[in-house]
Amino acid sequence: MLKNLCQKMFGRSLWVYHANSGGCNGCDIEVLNVLTPYYDVERFGIKLVGSPRHADVMLCQGPAMRSTAKALRRAYDAMPAPKLVFAIGSCACGGGIWFDSYSVLGPVEKVVPVNFYIPGCPPRPEAIIYGVAVAVGLVDKKTAPVQFKQFEFPIPRYHPSDLHGRDEMVVYEKVEKV
Amino acid sequence: MSVLSKLKETLVCLKAGRVTLPYPVQAQPLPPKFRGRPIFDAAKCIGCAGCANNCPAREILIFDVCQEVRILKYLGRRCTYCGRCADVCPEKAITMSQEFENATNAIGDIQQRLDLFMSTCQRCGRCFKEPSPLEQLKLKGYRFDDMQNERWIFRSQAYLEQEAVVDDVKIELD
Repeated sequence: MLKNLCQKMFGRSLWVYHANSGGCNGCDIEVLNVLTPYYDVERFGIKLVGSPRHADVMLCQGPAMRSTAKALRRAYDAMPAPKLVFAIGSCACGGGIWFDSYSVLGPVEKVVPVNFYIPGCPPRPEAIIYGVAVAVGLVDKKTAPVQFKQFEFPIPRYHPSDLHGRDEMVVYEKVEKV
Repeated sequence: MSVLSKLKETLVCLKAGRVTLPYPVQAQPLPPKFRGRPIFDAAKCIGCAGCANNCPAREILIFDVCQEVRILKYLGRRCTYCGRCADVCPEKAITMSQEFENATNAIGDIQQRLDLFMSTCQRCGRCFKEPSPLEQLKLKGYRFDDMQNERWIFRSQAYLEQEAVVDDVKIELD
C-alpha cells in the first residue's frame, strides 16, 4: 500500500533538502559524498535543492536541539504535501551520544514525524542510498527485531525440603514452577 | 588563453575517466576493520552486564526479573558502533558485524533482546564482582532498567523518582 503510494508519488525523482539541526558535520559529509560523482545519485533522479519549498524529502542530521527545534519544524511545515523525512545518523535516530545534555531535546522524531531511519555514526554512503531505495520501494528492508532465549518458561525449581529418599533413589515430591 | 585552459580542463577530465562506483549493482568491498551492527550471541553470553556498563550511549539495558533471569536489551537507536561492548565482553559474545544496510521505517527493528539464565551461587544466592566505590554509590542492589520507557536507571532513590533525563524538557513550538 505504502509502497505503491510511494512509487506513484515519488516515481520520477526525489528532491532532497538537507537539514542539519546541530549535528557534528559527519553525516553532512557522508550525504555530500552521496551527491559526488563517486556515488552519483543524480542518475536516480535524486537532487539536492536549497529550499524546503522545492523539496520532497528532508534529510535530517543531528539531534533536535533546544535552539534549532523551532527552525526544523518550520522547515518541515514549509515543504509541500507529499513529503518524507529521513533521519540520518544515530543522532537523528536516537538523540546521539550526548542525548542527556541540557541542550539536546532527543531524536528528531520529537519535533518532526520521521518516516525512515538510517542508523550509523555516520552511515556509509551506501547505507544512505540503500535507505532511499527502501523508501522508494525498490528493495525490502533487511533488519528485524531479534530475540534470543537461553531457557524456556516455566523453570522448575527444586526445594531441598521436598527431597525424599525412596528405594536408594532421591525423589522430588513437588516441582514448583516459577 | 581561455581556449588553452579549457583544453587543460578537458585533459584533466579525460585523465580521471569514470569514477562512479557500481554500488547498487554490485556491493563494494568494505574496509577490513569496518564496524557495523553488533550481533549478540545468546549461547556465549554469561550476563555479566559489562557491555551495559561500558556503553557510552547507554543503549544496552539490563533488567533483572528475578534471581535466575536477566534480560539484556540492545536498542541500537543511538548506537555509534564504537565497539566498546565487543571489546569489554569476556566471552566474546558480541561481534561487530559488517552489516551497514540497516535502514528501516520503524526504529524498533534494530533492537535485540536476550533472555539469559543466570545460575546462582549456592551459598550467597548470587556472585558478582565487587563494584568500585564510585559504582557503589550509584548501584545499590541489582540493576533494574526501565524497559517500557527504554531508559536506564541506577538502583538508588534519587534516580528512581526523577523523570527520564531526555524527557524533562517540554518542546515549545509555535
